[in-house]
Amino acid sequence: MTTHAQSISQNKTRILGSRFWLLPGVFILSGILVACVLWSITLGAADIAPQTVFDAIIQSNNMDNLQLDSQTRFQYLVIQTVRFPRVLIGIVVGMALAVAGAIMQGLTRNPLADSGILGINAGASFAVVLAVFVLGTPSLSTYAYFAFVGAGVSAVLVYMLGSMGRGGATPLRLTLAGVILTAFLSSFTTAILINDQQALDKIRFWTAGSLAGRDMSIFIPVSPYVAVGLIGALLISRQITTISLGDDVAKGLGQNTAWIKGVAAIIVVLLAGGAVALAGPIGFVGLVVPHIARFIAGADYRWIIPYAMLIGGILLTVADVLARIVIRPQEVPVGLMMALCGAPFFIWLARMRVRR
Amino acid sequence: MIKQTWITIRTPLFSYKLDKRAPWIALLLLLFMGIVLVASISYGEYHITPTEVLQTMLGTLPQDHPQYRQFHLVVFSFRLPRIWVAFWVGMALATSGAIMQGITRNPLADPFLLGVSGGAGLVAVALIVWIKDVSTTVLPIATFIGALLTAFMIYIFAWKNGGSAPLRLILIGVAIESVVGAFTHIMLVFGNINQVQQAYVWLTGSVYGRTWAHVHTLVGWLMVLLPMAFLCANWLNMLNLGDDTAKGLGMRVERQRVILLVISVALAAVAVAVSGTIGFVGLIAPHIARRVVGASHQALLPISALFGGALLVLADLIGRWVISPSELPIGIVTAMIGAPYFLYLLYRGRNG
Repeated sequence: MTTHAQSISQNKTRILGSRFWLLPGVFILSGILVACVLWSITLGAADIAPQTVFDAIIQSNNMDNLQLDSQTRFQYLVIQTVRFPRVLIGIVVGMALAVAGAIMQGLTRNPLADSGILGINAGASFAVVLAVFVLGTPSLSTYAYFAFVGAGVSAVLVYMLGSMGRGGATPLRLTLAGVILTAFLSSFTTAILINDQQALDKIRFWTAGSLAGRDMSIFIPVSPYVAVGLIGALLISRQITTISLGDDVAKGLGQNTAWIKGVAAIIVVLLAGGAVALAGPIGFVGLVVPHIARFIAGADYRWIIPYAMLIGGILLTVADVLARIVIRPQEVPVGLMMALCGAPFFIWLARMRVRR
Repeated sequence: MIKQTWITIRTPLFSYKLDKRAPWIALLLLLFMGIVLVASISYGEYHITPTEVLQTMLGTLPQDHPQYRQFHLVVFSFRLPRIWVAFWVGMALATSGAIMQGITRNPLADPFLLGVSGGAGLVAVALIVWIKDVSTTVLPIATFIGALLTAFMIYIFAWKNGGSAPLRLILIGVAIESVVGAFTHIMLVFGNINQVQQAYVWLTGSVYGRTWAHVHTLVGWLMVLLPMAFLCANWLNMLNLGDDTAKGLGMRVERQRVILLVISVALAAVAVAVSGTIGFVGLIAPHIARRVVGASHQALLPISALFGGALLVLADLIGRWVISPSELPIGIVTAMIGAPYFLYLLYRGRNG
């Protein structure tokens, strides 16, 4: 009896203990994120002092009233029009992908699920390649529109395919439909790229996932969707926790699972679609960050989602910095850098955590 | 109740038991294969009638036939080698997939689960992009080594406390595959566009321009690996009962699983080395075979192999026909056939 009581009390302290750390943890991570942002902005073709970076961001609204020498004015301009938008887009993309991945993993109860699983990346890539093939040379913001539409259409298709037949949309069916549609669409994408060398040349950097050349003109139209997705994710995090325990449990607790699943799917489409529109198909963040978040915050999605959000933002910012500096003056697509820095960590995690 | 009848072979070395329908299905498949083969050889820019194809192949075409030499050239040097490559690659991938599905007890596992395609892809793309005209004898050997090394690395990383849990194997497989994929992609992004396009074709899987040398390499390996796979089929049946039951039946689970893994990876690596990564065959062929002969692996493996071979020969014909005079890589055709098939399964709802 005593051992049983002891284990209960230990459990209690562990839960309380972990809760105790979670809230300050959010602040610490936010601090790290801000530091990463400043660090990222200081680095570039010309390095800029952190103080200047800080001033430039604070003063962005009253540039006209400032007395600045030409060099500082130039630096302010570089920060405001090039570097800050890029960092901002990186953070938003990282957050969106990480949260979308966390929701997908909770919903499908599959630790390998990520935002790509609903056929979203494949749909976006197909739409963009088709756009290049048909239209010739669209601008980066045209890419964004096509990617978003492609992502949305393929997600709806996967949902429809996954819910036909007897019994409706089960996690397994959705996963299966996503895998199938991904393979199907990518085969068409490749068929185009093999036969059209020009399209391949234009598109190959985009398909690796990159933040190069992104500015406010892409960010402004896409960001509202992502913002709605992020807020929505925070709002339904409690329901996701319940669903992640299994459909039966969730139903037993009085939850309308079909409704929650529908809302969650829409949120995933907004987030992952927005991310792919902004930066192209970036893998790995959506897969790995939720695991890291779960490692720190336990099984409660009310904590997993904010943690995933912050860690996703930090990871993508850091990966983007590395992507810019490893082979200066060229840059590596951030999606690839992501995999290179994330994988060793993930291997360590898998070795630590998977016991059986 | 359906009365199941079995054919049993017992020798001191091994015993074999398979569904009585299996030989008939195999025969049917071979017949189908033969028809597609003749059709495939006769089809092309240089048209040869099916009877002339048969005559040429059997050597009964009269020497004084006006196109005797052309026929020989087209049939034996151009068309037959690639078709044979497709057939043997299909056999290898289907068997490999069936074993992988058996080991992981997951009907969605495919031969490339352990990084075979990623490792081979990295080596192939590196060679194609960096060395301009990589010789056709070096490429298969190098990719074969790349595939095996990657699989080995995944297994080593997943090894802990004297075992490799399937979930850890899969997770680490994903991680390593993404690193390898990132390096591959970097070369695709920065390489010369002509070579990159070539590399893309390789990555999709293609049997274009394959020669008798490729066929000989394939057949040499498969003559060893396929019989080994068929003889180990019974282990898969026992593994499917669960690790504990298998142990109770006298299996050394971990060791026999490794042997099966090695066979499966080697089969996939040989196939990938010769033809690039052709997807979906390793997934579909075992699925179809399972519906026809049931889940006992002793019949399942050979029948899957034949289904895989026939499927790729058919896919090759379709790929040459559908956008002629240009041709679609065989890997794209398999995806275009495979996806609708799985959608049909999904619709029937037997998988949910």
